[in-house]
Amino acid sequence: MTAELAVDGVRTTPAAAGAGPWRQAGARLLRNRSAMIAASGLALIVLACVLAPLYASAVAGTDPFVSNVSGTTVVGGQQVQVLQQSTEGLGLGVTPIGPTWDPGHFFLGADGQGRDVMARLLYGGRNSLLIGGAAALLCCFLATILGIIAGYFGGWVDSVLSRFFDVIWAFPVYLLAICLSVVLLTSGLHLGPVHIDAGSLWLPVLIIAVIYVPYVARPLRGQVMALRGKEFLHAAVGLGASDLRIMRREVLPNVLPTVIVFLPLMTALNMLTESALSFLSVGVQSPDASWGTIINDGLALLYTRPMITISAGLFVALTAVALNVFGDGVRDALDPNARLRGAA
Amino acid sequence: MKRALPLVAMLALATACSSGTAATAPQSGAPAAQSGAAAGFQEQHKGGTLKLLAKSGDGTLDPHINYSNGNWQVFQAMYDGLLAFKKVGGEASYELTPDLAEAMPQVAPDGKSYTFTLRKGVKFSNGDEVTVDDVKASFERIYKASGPTSGTFFAGIVGAAACVKKPEGCTLDKGVVVDKAKNTVTINLEAPDSEFPLKLALPHSVILPKATPGKDQGTKPIPGTGPYAAASYDPNKELKLVRNSHFTEWSREAQPQGYPDEIVYSYGLTVEAAVTAIQNGQADWSFDPLPADRLTEIGSKYASQAHVNPLSAFWYMPLNTRIAPFDKPEARQALQWAIDRAAVVKMYGGANLAAPACTLLPAGIPGHADFCDYPKQDLEKAKQLVQQSGTAGQEVAVVVADEDVSKQIGEYVRSVLEQIGYKAKLKVISTNIHFTYVQNSKNQVQLSVTQWYADYPAASDFLHVLLSCASFREGSDASINMAAFCDKDMDAKMAEAMKLDQTDKNAANTKWGEIDRELMRKSPIVPLFQPKQVDFVSSRVGNYGFHKQFFMLLDQLWVK
Repeated sequence: MTAELAVDGVRTTPAAAGAGPWRQAGARLLRNRSAMIAASGLALIVLACVLAPLYASAVAGTDPFVSNVSGTTVVGGQQVQVLQQSTEGLGLGVTPIGPTWDPGHFFLGADGQGRDVMARLLYGGRNSLLIGGAAALLCCFLATILGIIAGYFGGWVDSVLSRFFDVIWAFPVYLLAICLSVVLLTSGLHLGPVHIDAGSLWLPVLIIAVIYVPYVARPLRGQVMALRGKEFLHAAVGLGASDLRIMRREVLPNVLPTVIVFLPLMTALNMLTESALSFLSVGVQSPDASWGTIINDGLALLYTRPMITISAGLFVALTAVALNVFGDGVRDALDPNARLRGAA
Repeated sequence: MKRALPLVAMLALATACSSGTAATAPQSGAPAAQSGAAAGFQEQHKGGTLKLLAKSGDGTLDPHINYSNGNWQVFQAMYDGLLAFKKVGGEASYELTPDLAEAMPQVAPDGKSYTFTLRKGVKFSNGDEVTVDDVKASFERIYKASGPTSGTFFAGIVGAAACVKKPEGCTLDKGVVVDKAKNTVTINLEAPDSEFPLKLALPHSVILPKATPGKDQGTKPIPGTGPYAAASYDPNKELKLVRNSHFTEWSREAQPQGYPDEIVYSYGLTVEAAVTAIQNGQADWSFDPLPADRLTEIGSKYASQAHVNPLSAFWYMPLNTRIAPFDKPEARQALQWAIDRAAVVKMYGGANLAAPACTLLPAGIPGHADFCDYPKQDLEKAKQLVQQSGTAGQEVAVVVADEDVSKQIGEYVRSVLEQIGYKAKLKVISTNIHFTYVQNSKNQVQLSVTQWYADYPAASDFLHVLLSCASFREGSDASINMAAFCDKDMDAKMAEAMKLDQTDKNAANTKWGEIDRELMRKSPIVPLFQPKQVDFVSSRVGNYGFHKQFFMLLDQLWVK
């Protein structure tokens, strides 16, 4: 067969069709221009954030976690205050220095504490991406286990787990997250052997992961239930395989592509949730920063120094878009017969 | 008094006011104008509606109960006491003048009795004439309604102790004695209290009709004697004041006739929206502090509409002297050296909006002494002191309210604590609960950022209230001595100063200055800065006057 198949703009070649399913998916993903552009953009953002300490120390020469209220910097060859007292009229108000567009001296300006916004953005990105990614992994891990168990066993097990999903789903996501955050940020989490300090980054990871479990577990459960009637499962049962083995060896590989598709999409969603919680002061806690806390920091300076909020917002938006486009690409690659978005 | 939040304060002695200093000079882009009683009533400016804005209402409209700056300011146009602070701008606003009393009281030689002769012909807004019975009933109502200062400011009246214990059915037959024939009222005290006249000029002791129920009247307006009466009040929507048709001016110094026909206080707009409304001439003034990012614009483009005045207040950090690490004096002194007060001033809006504070007594309060024992940040010295105290490496939580300036200061302090050797973290809690949370010793707060506004101009209202042994109450939300500081020697010195105030005010003020300095050495509190108030008014507003006790005189503003 020489004809190429076109599905959602992704072409499959005979060579790819002859390879294993994962290789075929990889080949399809590599040929998806949108997904590759998104992945490149994402890689750049991640790389920049990973190199945040290098930028702060070697380029900007600043510690973005130390207040620099009385500090000075050089702009146009002149020494100036980082926080500048107004000299017009009654001389009311103090404004942080704005963007200098000089990477060595407050490229995006300073915040209310006189700290370098660019350096904080990169450090903040580490936390936003870490929380988004870790929460997505944890969420998908928990959801996969619960979804497979509920779908495979059915009956009362399914009823109990489904009601558990319903209970979590009954709360508006942000309301539940804020409630959990307010409680846990006061005293931390002490659950049996698990002890998480109130200021730890693992608290938002845990909270965000838990609230989104039903969103991933429910479709997985449905998929597993559909698999229950398939012949290969009957065959496995007939061969005397245990439930655990069937779930691990037969069911899991069939739902894994769905889980993989969920990962980038959940990362984006979790990152947005983290930003929202941090913006509301119930996410990442000082002295740590995230894009959400930086947006919050910039809110009080929105009128005079909008770049603080805009830049952090742009990073959030670009990363979320990149993750979503990449997620769509993965979806298309793993299941070229389905349309994730824009279906008629 | 904590700004806009009620609290139980302590009392002591002191009186009158000190002369102004350079630090207390008002600053304004508007031409200086005489206001209030300083100028005669100008008929051509009478009329119009004064439109005021605030994010939310300030609670009950009952003057015996409400303890907020916002409503105390409004009450000046609605109610009168036996005495009043002169309703003028500037330093003279701290001077007392007879209000419903014909003259200043006759004080018994032992300082325990004050006799007032009541003015005749003054009427409440319901048309009833004010009588000595109303005066007695009003003082009894302070206790019946369990007013927030009934057990403190007014605890010294004979019979008050029983009334505080059992508010229902409170009678002050020996404490407040009336003579209907002579139209006099004599208030008897258990002990001399030279601050008592100041307390009589506060809204908690205004005179109300004797038929007023002895419980909080909430949103139901109580008839008063001032030039305005409340027509309606919904704390979520609006407070509307209209002219009191029974008002006639009896003392321009104590209660001048007002200019606007109506004063409408609308609630619900954010302060950002309020500033825009004032710029557009849709409103005349906003109660809430101006947003930091609009200050520069207001101070430059709208300089003629902005008025800046120093407040008798200070922002400070109480250090809990009973728990580590600040149970060690060296650790407390380390923080005094570590804080760059000029940096903190920047977070409040800069040098023209606040002055760094080296003392516990703000400039303008009697007893204030001009010294500065920790004049400049010295991190090296601070680090040495932390090492000496043996507290290096300990964990410290900085507890701040979730409003912008407090959070900024908290973040700065956290950073400084890290620099001098502690493991510091910032704990941000709701503004609604912060003030009571940090007072309660059960919460084990090591360090917080808070403010104190003078209830009246007296050194004791700062030093004795904030740092006496009696002000600390274990496990109470009303323990204003947040540092949990108790030093019997300092208590004795403060008692001596209060006693001295009855005979020699200058000597008492000197004594208070010495106490202030000694307390700064012991460092239970780190003073940060003395704030200034910015009033941003619409372009049509005239006759601005700033009262040091009750702030801008609302009813003296011209809108016509």
